[in-house]
Amino acid sequence: MATPPLAPSSNEPLTPQQQLRDSAEFERLRRIFRTFIFPMTVLFLVWYFLYVLLAAFASGFMATKVVGNINVGLLFGLAQFVSTFAITIAYKNWADKKFDPAAAAIRHDLEAGAR
Amino acid sequence: MNAALRAAESTDIGNPTLNIIIFGVFVLITLGIVIRASRKNSTAADFYAGGRSFTGPQNGTAIAGDYLSAASFLGIAGAIAVNGYDGFLYSIGFLVAWLVALLLVAELLRNTGKFTMADVLSFRLKQRPIRMAAAIATLAVCFFYLLAQMAGAGGLVALLLGVEGTGGQYAVVAVVGILMIAYVLIGGMKGTTWVQIIKCVLLIIGAAIMTFWVLAKYGLNLSDVLGGAVDKAASEGSKNPEGILAPGVKYGVSTLTKIDFISLSLALVLGTAGLPHVLMRFYTVPSAKEARRSVMWAIWLIGLFYLFSLVLGYGAAALVGPKEIKGAPGGVNSAAPLLAFHLGGTVLMALISAVAFATILAVVAGLTITAATSFAHDIYASIIKHGEIAPDGEVKVARRTVVVIGVLAIVGGMFAIDQNIAFLVALAFAVAASANLPTIVYSLFWRRFNTSGALWSMYGGLISCMVLIIFSPVVSGKVDAKTGKSLSMIKDTGIDFSWFPLDNPGLVSIPLAFLLGYIGTVVSRREPELDAVSAEMEVRSLTGYGAEKAVVH
Repeated sequence: MATPPLAPSSNEPLTPQQQLRDSAEFERLRRIFRTFIFPMTVLFLVWYFLYVLLAAFASGFMATKVVGNINVGLLFGLAQFVSTFAITIAYKNWADKKFDPAAAAIRHDLEAGAR
Repeated sequence: MNAALRAAESTDIGNPTLNIIIFGVFVLITLGIVIRASRKNSTAADFYAGGRSFTGPQNGTAIAGDYLSAASFLGIAGAIAVNGYDGFLYSIGFLVAWLVALLLVAELLRNTGKFTMADVLSFRLKQRPIRMAAAIATLAVCFFYLLAQMAGAGGLVALLLGVEGTGGQYAVVAVVGILMIAYVLIGGMKGTTWVQIIKCVLLIIGAAIMTFWVLAKYGLNLSDVLGGAVDKAASEGSKNPEGILAPGVKYGVSTLTKIDFISLSLALVLGTAGLPHVLMRFYTVPSAKEARRSVMWAIWLIGLFYLFSLVLGYGAAALVGPKEIKGAPGGVNSAAPLLAFHLGGTVLMALISAVAFATILAVVAGLTITAATSFAHDIYASIIKHGEIAPDGEVKVARRTVVVIGVLAIVGGMFAIDQNIAFLVALAFAVAASANLPTIVYSLFWRRFNTSGALWSMYGGLISCMVLIIFSPVVSGKVDAKTGKSLSMIKDTGIDFSWFPLDNPGLVSIPLAFLLGYIGTVVSRREPELDAVSAEMEVRSLTGYGAEKAVVH
């Protein structure tokens, strides 16, 4: 969805935020954010709809017994819980290590500039 | 069955007097806390957003309390008890949906908005038309959700309390409504949040006790609980007792029901992050980082609760049995209270009934403050008064709106008591996913997105949802093949104007709303005059620069 920067309305000077948005520094923050968020979103949606489609159209496969009365469907469903928890943890770690420091640096520059 | 008969039967199980006493204690304790919490409730940020002073864990608990409505608590356990695995499928959609909120929405929304969803959507687009559309969508979702809670739960609580007759049920709906108005008027967002936190803690503790109790009866072996459910189904003459362990009992009947299930799944997973009363909760914390912690806590609590529900559902199927559950007052929804009665007798049943009551109160309070805020902040202050109004004037309007919404909810709930209103919650999710989510995502992630794209998407999503529901089998033309009775909202089987085959409109309306947002944008001109606010929003959403701060008292 990358769109080239819009042409600013003819003769008005750019605001600090417009300048920042078009800067390499902010572009880097955007890239950090999107290279994690977008693939992760696609991943969990594909994984979830794979499960939904199997539940709808492959109930025989889902009914295959694994241990005792525990079948593939139940394990697949529980795996959705596990993946949700795992993505939550992965997101937190990524945000703490990668995203927050980068975002905070830009915010501090802005706050210093505004003073 | 008429209401009086059901009420008479309900006195066979449980002890209504004990139930009422425990309810009363809950109400007194929560009212006390609400009054304490409300001492500092002067500004708009206090009333609408609890002064933005809740911590992530507190807000996460409140979110779980807001989200785990009676439909989740009683409905999912009941659906598993009667339909087996298909009830479990439902809960997974409700959980996975939180990843959309966590990854795409929560933090960016907290950084850019102030009190409502419309704050975010109108940030870089033309204010008035967008605010209007967002407020209409907010009010529509809240209204459907509120009506479903009031009617369904009001009826159920009346049965648990042994309140007899239609008059008694009306009285219960009125009491729920009046308590809700009191909580919200006195406590604002702070009071509402505390009610939700307390309710969530009670709910999780109650569910945990019952879960371990069930597991203990089967030697802590989930496989044996499932086996017990299969044996019970077999003993009740089920033709395919093993069927409850795999998907298909409810949604696997025909290709159409399977497609309907996919439509529902889509609405559940994309609707949560567009529910206005959930979005509003992100403004009650001081920063985006706390919003992130809120969602993480909510995911853990909601996930844990649905795991408990799995055991409770199959436990109820094994220990109570589908036949008794379906025949009980409240039908499928009575599985959890009946299981409590089988395990711990009248006392445990009274406690679980009190939790059900608390659930209704907490959810309707959250919906009411959301709808009132949207009306006062978006429609009254921003559109009617052009933003020229003192903040305390806005709160005054919000308080009056609370009373109006409360009265509407009471009257609507009374009318809807014997209606088939289960579809209203699904409709609320479908509207949230079609009218709200596409515009939220586009305005946060697509720079070219503009005002007409947003209007096309929001109105297109809202209208397509409503039209498809009206012409779907849930409103007219669905007939039970065995009994010949109508399963639709319109009980006269002679009236059938349905042409849309699915119960849930999501599969059509959600892609349509995304498409309309795209087309509406590319066929209209760019908005260079709004580029400065667009840049401000983009910088603010990612860095938090200029985001609303917590109120300092």
